[in-house]
Amino acid sequence: MEASAEDRDVFYHVLSRKITALILVVSFFPLILTTGILFYRFNQTYTDKIQAHISELVQKHSQNIDSFLSEKLGNIRYMAQQFGSSQQAPKIFLQQHLALLKNEYGDVFTDLGMVNEKGIQFAYEGPFKFENADYSSADWYIKAIDKPFFISDVFAGLRGHPHFIIAVKVKSNGSDYILRSTINFGAFNSLVENIHLGKTGLAFLVNSKGEMQTQTKVGLKDSLITSMVDRSSYKNNKTIFTKKQDTSGNKFLCVTSMLKNIDWIMVFRQDIKDAFHDLWKIQILTLVIFILCCVAILAVAFFLPRNIVKLISKSDKKTEVMNKQVVESGKLATIGELAAGIAHEINNPVAIMVEEAGWIEDLLEEEDLKECENLNEFTRALRQINTQGKRCKEITHKLLSFARKTDSTVNDVQINDAIKEIVSLSAQMAKYNKVIIETSLDEDIPYIRISPSELQQVILNFFNNAIDAMEKTGGAIKVETKVSKLEKNHVVILIEDNGPGIPKDNLDRIFDPFFTTKAVGKGTGLGLSICYGIIQKMGGKIDVHSQVGVGTKFRIWIPFQDVIIENKEVKTELEKQGE
Amino acid sequence: MKNIKLLLVDDEKPFLDTITKRLEKRELKVFAVYSGKDALTELENNKTIEAVVLDVKMPGMDGIATLVEIKKRFPLVEVIMLTGHATVETAIDGMKLGAFDYLMKPCDIDALVSKVNEAVAKKRGHEEKIVEARIKEITERRP
Repeated sequence: MEASAEDRDVFYHVLSRKITALILVVSFFPLILTTGILFYRFNQTYTDKIQAHISELVQKHSQNIDSFLSEKLGNIRYMAQQFGSSQQAPKIFLQQHLALLKNEYGDVFTDLGMVNEKGIQFAYEGPFKFENADYSSADWYIKAIDKPFFISDVFAGLRGHPHFIIAVKVKSNGSDYILRSTINFGAFNSLVENIHLGKTGLAFLVNSKGEMQTQTKVGLKDSLITSMVDRSSYKNNKTIFTKKQDTSGNKFLCVTSMLKNIDWIMVFRQDIKDAFHDLWKIQILTLVIFILCCVAILAVAFFLPRNIVKLISKSDKKTEVMNKQVVESGKLATIGELAAGIAHEINNPVAIMVEEAGWIEDLLEEEDLKECENLNEFTRALRQINTQGKRCKEITHKLLSFARKTDSTVNDVQINDAIKEIVSLSAQMAKYNKVIIETSLDEDIPYIRISPSELQQVILNFFNNAIDAMEKTGGAIKVETKVSKLEKNHVVILIEDNGPGIPKDNLDRIFDPFFTTKAVGKGTGLGLSICYGIIQKMGGKIDVHSQVGVGTKFRIWIPFQDVIIENKEVKTELEKQGE
Repeated sequence: MKNIKLLLVDDEKPFLDTITKRLEKRELKVFAVYSGKDALTELENNKTIEAVVLDVKMPGMDGIATLVEIKKRFPLVEVIMLTGHATVETAIDGMKLGAFDYLMKPCDIDALVSKVNEAVAKKRGHEEKIVEARIKEITERRP
């Protein structure tokens, strides 16, 4: 028994683990797959989108700057052509045209100047006094002298703050001049500075040497900027994406684009954290949901199987009990049939034997045997045959009543009345054996639809057993009736004695037919099995608790119909309403 | 009561023979037959039989069928059913069909005799009443 219980525990354990594993696999696999794929795809798409967006932004602004520069260059070149063909004095020409440009473009052009072959600015118009300034050694002049036009890098120059120059070669009267114009750095700078994305996204320009061409505060080391300027990689006006890390370990996104008109590179940088801020928000959200899902799955995977297994074990236990009962009642039925057959077969010969013995007795009285010395023995023997015949009869009768399909009339019975009757019946025998019967009957128990005589048979059986058990010692039998709290719609009858108790070995067998501990000839071993059969037929059940030396307690549950209870409830409800 | 004529019906021959002897010793006139059919023939031939002790369980025509037939043809004859424990219900059914009483086998001989006496007394009481009624009828008959 214990071994099988252990086996079952192991089985339940394994079952629970299997279900857990199954739930985990079945839930996690699709979850991880779905989340993973969606996460990956979304990441990719979103990254692509952000890159495309930044790329477009950078390209657009590069074009803006390009067109700004080419426009300004075009202006100056146009002016240079005008100058070549005009006969005006340079000073006046510059004055006129600067006024025109300022009129047209506002403050973009700061000043205009004409520089001759020797690098001397012989004519100047502007806010400074740079007439006759010597540019022969200036960097831009050396470069510009060889080319039809030139746009310089940003430098401080003579005036001491950053600016850049557009220079165009002019041929006039057989000698070369250079028409130069200073572009207002502020106006130009604002073109680039206006580019902002997020918190950290900003743009700046660098020249081919990696020198800053705008006043943007980038916070990057020069070397890092220089490394961005790799001209060979720019093709087809495309923007280039790189991810870099600054000295403090901040990762940032770097987008570069080459300008067409000049050797400058537009650089856009944004901290990766900032650029993908929204993406990260979603990533965190996804992660949180994923973790919540995992937690939920884990919870389900560990709690559900336990509950299921609990239910299974409960129903298993129920089935086991039911199987036991089925076996028990099956056993009783088989034995009943067998008993009926045997009883009937034995009954007739016994009847004949008893009759014959009676006949001999009759004859003995008649014959002249009064003087026979063995007469007393004859009579005694015949009496014995009669007695034993009656004993046989009793056994067969009990066997038959055990097997009989009693159609004893079924009534609504107040079991308290039935019990009281039996108590008064047994009282005499109990007194004789120094046994006291106490009753504690709940008067509120409902009527039960059963056969009263059968119930009395059962109760009497228990009383007889208890009295027999306490024959030598005396004791008390306690009878109690009440509505069961354990079983719904059942009345429970408790019969408790303080006799010697039933040894554990016997406890399992007391309901078996022919099991008896009484002396030979005193008990048939059928009493309790008959009781068992009767209670079973009523739809009830019996159980027994016994402790050697303490006593034995039988509990009999008998179901009652719902209708009675319902009526009672309706009644009480009506009463309540009445109040 | 004297001169009781009793018919015993049982298929168990040894039982029947012994009980016949014992009853005869108790000054009853006993006829014994071993089947329901024979019982009916015997009743037909011997109208003086006052009571029948009838076993419930017999091969062929059983106790109940015999009882029904007896009550139909000889309504005044009282019948005592004799039964094993297994057929108590049948015996009780028999009483509903007009049997006087039932006894369980193996039965005490004295109990049987007293039951038979009661049955015969009842029968004779009936007959008396019938006779009285007839006398009354005849005497009150108007010319």
